[in-house]
Amino acid sequence: MIRRARYHAARLVAPWLAALQGRRRRRPPNPHSPFGPPLEATRKLKELMTAHYFEGRHAQGAVPVAWVTSGFPVEVLRPLGFFALYPENHAAICGAQRLVAGLSDAAEAEGFSRDLCSYARTDLGCALTGRTPVGRLPRPDLLCACTNICQTVLYWYRSLAERFRVPLVLVDTPYVYGEAPAHHLRYVRDQLDELMEVAGTIARRRVDPEELARVTRLAAEGSRLWGECLDQSRNRPAPWTGIDGFFHMAPIVSLRGTEACNAYYRLLRDELADRVRRGVGGLRQERHRLLWDNLPIWFWVRPLATLLAERGFNFVCTSYTSAWAEAGRRVDPADPLGSAAFAYTHVILNQDLRNRLGILRRLAQEYRVDGAVLHSDRSCKPYSIGQVDLRERLAAELGIRVLLLEADHSDPRAFAADQGENRLTAFMEGFA
Amino acid sequence: MMAAALGVDVGSTTCKAVAIDAAGRILARAVEPVDPRIEPQVERLLAEVRGPGGGALPVGATGYGRKRVPGGRAITEITCHGRGAFACTGRPGLLLDLGGQDSKAIRLGPGGQVLDFAMNDKCAAGTGRFLEVILGRLRVPLAEVAALAASAEAAVAVSSTCTVFAESEVISLVASGAPLPGIVRGLHLSLASRIASLARGPGAAAAEVFASGGVALNAAMIAALGEQLGRTVQVLPEPQLVGALGAALAVLPAPALNA
Repeated sequence: MIRRARYHAARLVAPWLAALQGRRRRRPPNPHSPFGPPLEATRKLKELMTAHYFEGRHAQGAVPVAWVTSGFPVEVLRPLGFFALYPENHAAICGAQRLVAGLSDAAEAEGFSRDLCSYARTDLGCALTGRTPVGRLPRPDLLCACTNICQTVLYWYRSLAERFRVPLVLVDTPYVYGEAPAHHLRYVRDQLDELMEVAGTIARRRVDPEELARVTRLAAEGSRLWGECLDQSRNRPAPWTGIDGFFHMAPIVSLRGTEACNAYYRLLRDELADRVRRGVGGLRQERHRLLWDNLPIWFWVRPLATLLAERGFNFVCTSYTSAWAEAGRRVDPADPLGSAAFAYTHVILNQDLRNRLGILRRLAQEYRVDGAVLHSDRSCKPYSIGQVDLRERLAAELGIRVLLLEADHSDPRAFAADQGENRLTAFMEGFA
Repeated sequence: MMAAALGVDVGSTTCKAVAIDAAGRILARAVEPVDPRIEPQVERLLAEVRGPGGGALPVGATGYGRKRVPGGRAITEITCHGRGAFACTGRPGLLLDLGGQDSKAIRLGPGGQVLDFAMNDKCAAGTGRFLEVILGRLRVPLAEVAALAASAEAAVAVSSTCTVFAESEVISLVASGAPLPGIVRGLHLSLASRIASLARGPGAAAAEVFASGGVALNAAMIAALGEQLGRTVQVLPEPQLVGALGAALAVLPAPALNA
């Protein structure tokens, strides 16, 4: 009872506290920066995400807590009152703050291999040590993993289940070659029924169909709004950078299916549309437009963005950020579970190479790019496999320059900055 | 003839400097093992190649140490080798830059522009350093390598391309009585196969294959590369200087270039 009251009080004061923190951190603009004026919405983004993690600190014991993979059908959990924590989003924060080496060491000392995904190692390291840059992570009552992003999540979440001694719900999504056959979708749909049972038992209530439809509508709208934000970069100059996009995707990952998420993206979309009208770009001078494939290099996003921006290069689209605008909008309040089975089975990482090539080709054409950088991510094998073929096909079919860049999404120990910079610079010199 | 531009290539193994005239011809050159104190060495070599008198000249800088060249415009070695090679040949093709710490396959377009490139990552296998270490271990001076490899009746297979593992593999081959010329030839083939696989992407369609970089001076390596690629590998004139030449060409004032 007390915990619940404290949690609700935390929810009330969180935005106010976050806003206070945001104000303290404002920096004066740099007149020599190659970037355009900063986005006003960024302050709101920080407030929103700070408030989210602040709520999380007080969620334990007050509301049911689920730890959830990024591609999990969260629409089923929200109507049951779950606080959903996204270890991948949290690991990205650790990555951007360069905390991964220490956390990974803790996981490696426990026997987890350094060849595992750095998100998994970071999260396991957090679970083992309790260390986190967000204050405190709430202990899970339920673990929810969906195999649509990789198979690693299965073993990662099993380890968490062993450690926390809580149930694990696995939603298994068969890999899609072409289109998913009906029996695959039925198989996924059946698992969502089971999910409702298990999650309902933990939350001690049943899913209200109206509430499920409402959350599903919010999730679909959120994905659509996020897509509208990304679409603004079809204009020249793009009103923001692809690197901005990596940070601004946090709500569609972690707060999908909430009104707060959608309100934020309306604000962001309006600001971007206004910048387009006024001809304000993410860069002061946009000379070349690029596509980015795979996760960002979280610990190197700033140096990367600056290296490119100084020469007038901008990532105007990324397969990663657009993934959240694609599948997500296919959920339908008229058939929440059936549409979720379809949407979550068809995320980019669960699709064959032909489909992935199609997605990259379409992005390259719609955003009119001159080149592409395919990040071969040491940690994300499912995303990186096939990139050598993708590189050749994109270059041959679209006549654009394509670079394969070897790095890692969050472990700096698997990345050589000088060599990465050398390749990118040579790649950019080739455009002259 | 007056120097019109200077180029310097601060590589992983050697430091190269050239002075070129307005037509892009090399007037003077200097090559030295690279010094950890880059700035004084570069200043000395540049003073040496430009000679006495004259005003300030533009300096193009490339190689790993390019950002440490005072007053130089930094350009990556991929662009510079491409530029230098095209100045030598005037033809498109596949350029293999065989350096001390990395090897690169660069595809050059009809106008000499870099269309595509690939290079070894995170590992010095398949580079000049590999040969230096292993040949040092076998006590074979570089001057004798080509003749020794050519004299081999058959190549002894060396399967490791990792410098560290290859060293121990070679030691055990010597201990088991394998002939030295065969081992040397096998080493070059092993290295060439690695570079050939690098070249497969960018170079598949190229009509001609050129080689630059210090390792291109090793005739045994060029022969092994030709064997692995199944095509003739043409060594560019003064291959070690191609990067520095390209750097100098990149900063050569445009009107002079047109004259």
